Amino acid sequence: MTRTSWAEKAFRYVLLLAVLALTVGPFLWQLSTSFKSTTEDVYTSPPRFLPEHPTAHNYAEVADIVPVWDYALNSLTVAVASVLTNLIGASTAGYALARLRFRGRGAAGLAFVAALLVPAESLVIAQFTMMRDLHLNNTLTAVVLPGAVGALNVLLMRNAFANVPREIEEAAVVDGANTWQRFTRIALPSVRGTLAVVAIFAFMGAWDDFLWPLIVLSDSERYTLTVGLNFLHGTFQQNPRLVAAGTVIAVAPLVVLFACLQRYFFRGAGEGAVKG
Amino acid sequence: MARGDMARNDTARRDTARRGVRLHHPATPWLLLLPGLGVLAAFSLFPFLTTVHDAFTDARTLVPGQWVGLRNFRDMLHDEQFWVALRNSALYVVLVVPFTVLLPLLLALLVHKRLPGMGFFRSAFYTPVVASVVAVALIWSWMLDDRGLVNGILKALGAGPVSFLGDSWLLLISAMALTVWKGLGYYMVIYLAALANVPRELHEAAAVDGAGPLRRFASVTVPAVRSTMVLVGALSSVSAFKVFSEVFLLAGPTGGPAGEDTTLVMLVQRTGTGLDGRVGYASALSLVIFVIALLLMLLVLRAGRGGDAAERREERR
Repeated sequence: MTRTSWAEKAFRYVLLLAVLALTVGPFLWQLSTSFKSTTEDVYTSPPRFLPEHPTAHNYAEVADIVPVWDYALNSLTVAVASVLTNLIGASTAGYALARLRFRGRGAAGLAFVAALLVPAESLVIAQFTMMRDLHLNNTLTAVVLPGAVGALNVLLMRNAFANVPREIEEAAVVDGANTWQRFTRIALPSVRGTLAVVAIFAFMGAWDDFLWPLIVLSDSERYTLTVGLNFLHGTFQQNPRLVAAGTVIAVAPLVVLFACLQRYFFRGAGEGAVKG
Repeated sequence: MARGDMARNDTARRDTARRGVRLHHPATPWLLLLPGLGVLAAFSLFPFLTTVHDAFTDARTLVPGQWVGLRNFRDMLHDEQFWVALRNSALYVVLVVPFTVLLPLLLALLVHKRLPGMGFFRSAFYTPVVASVVAVALIWSWMLDDRGLVNGILKALGAGPVSFLGDSWLLLISAMALTVWKGLGYYMVIYLAALANVPRELHEAAAVDGAGPLRRFASVTVPAVRSTMVLVGALSSVSAFKVFSEVFLLAGPTGGPAGEDTTLVMLVQRTGTGLDGRVGYASALSLVIFVIALLLMLLVLRAGRGGDAAERREERR
């Protein structure tokens, strides 16, 4: 093992800190702006990075202007529902594709691959027409449905189940366990890492989605956070402190969630990712 | 029952288990697949067929419309907005993809090294991926404001204010920079998975042979992660081509000064929705997006495979 020289180490850390400033800096700047008081000039040059008199006033005010907490609740509802439907739908389908033998398995697997090739953006108009015909437009159900079981998640789960050694399940078969018992008691616990990845992807996807909720939701009280923020941005551009407070409310939960789950994420993403 | 019978029975059962047949009711797989295939059929296949059908009609919001043959596509050829949007979406691919293929790879190499604090840096670099594109775009539009952070720094350095969001070209380039920035962490993770499979000995051997960092990058790292680079190229080409949120949020719903920054998906959203949306025309546009995205993906994958073939030929020589 060659040892990293002192100079190379220093060089690497300088680069790392520079990238850190570029990737995380904008979030900190927004956080700082959200705590600046109305009397403080936010347009100074050189820019001031710390608020002079930090205040949470902007958070209260943004909630007065738009129902930002209702939007957050709507986003949370959509995200949690999407996590549940994806975990259930992707793990059952993935298990069947990886572990059961039946006529039509190849075709079913191909259907999920084919679905990956169709950009969601080219389906939104037809999906909207469909939701309107079903009288589901302008509901949170309509926001959840198209992404309820992501094809990519099904394929991720299939790969994860395929990597579980067969011997354990065979022993269970000999012991008389039926398919459902093998699925819930043996297969599922062995793919916890990938389940975490699917859960994170589903949550992020639903919480961050913009185009579809923008199209399908028309009543402002049904807005999810992303659509609500767009509205806030359009209406209150002249007060960056308020928009900043709104974005912090949208970003903070995900950063916290990810920080808690990142251990699983980097492990699971390494396991399930496409090998180069 | 004789002992031998039981033993035979047991072996038979184990054999069955090994071959994995007849262990379940014939309906079981389909019951397990039902939620996944159901969603697929209802919200991908059915809308896809509707889109193909509607593309050849003059359907409007709440009006089913009549069959008009290829008229929507002919209209497209004379629609100035369509050409502007196609140009912008194509430019997005050409200018964004080289950066999303190369920069995340360099970043992955930077955090791949086992040094203290790497876990923190990896997670931190992933923050822009976790945050919603809407939040991130609002942060950028505040930073790039005429009196925002970037211009504040430029002014302090004695450089003039740059109106990033006032000029249609600068605006498009700002949106591209935002896309590259937001994708860094995402593609970095994909590269990290690939780098985990590159034996460290390769690098060390090259280092012992006296190869400098640049040479090691070109002759060890790049060949080892080539197929991943092709994959990232294919994924990021398609996602760059169907860009919507970044431009919509920085430029506004109408697509910047005189609509010059409209992209194809923005055009679909604008023409197909609303009280009098031209559903037929928007469906035709959607179909064009689908076909180009598919061709783009095949093109990148084929170019990657072509490179592989060339390499193999060289090896044979």
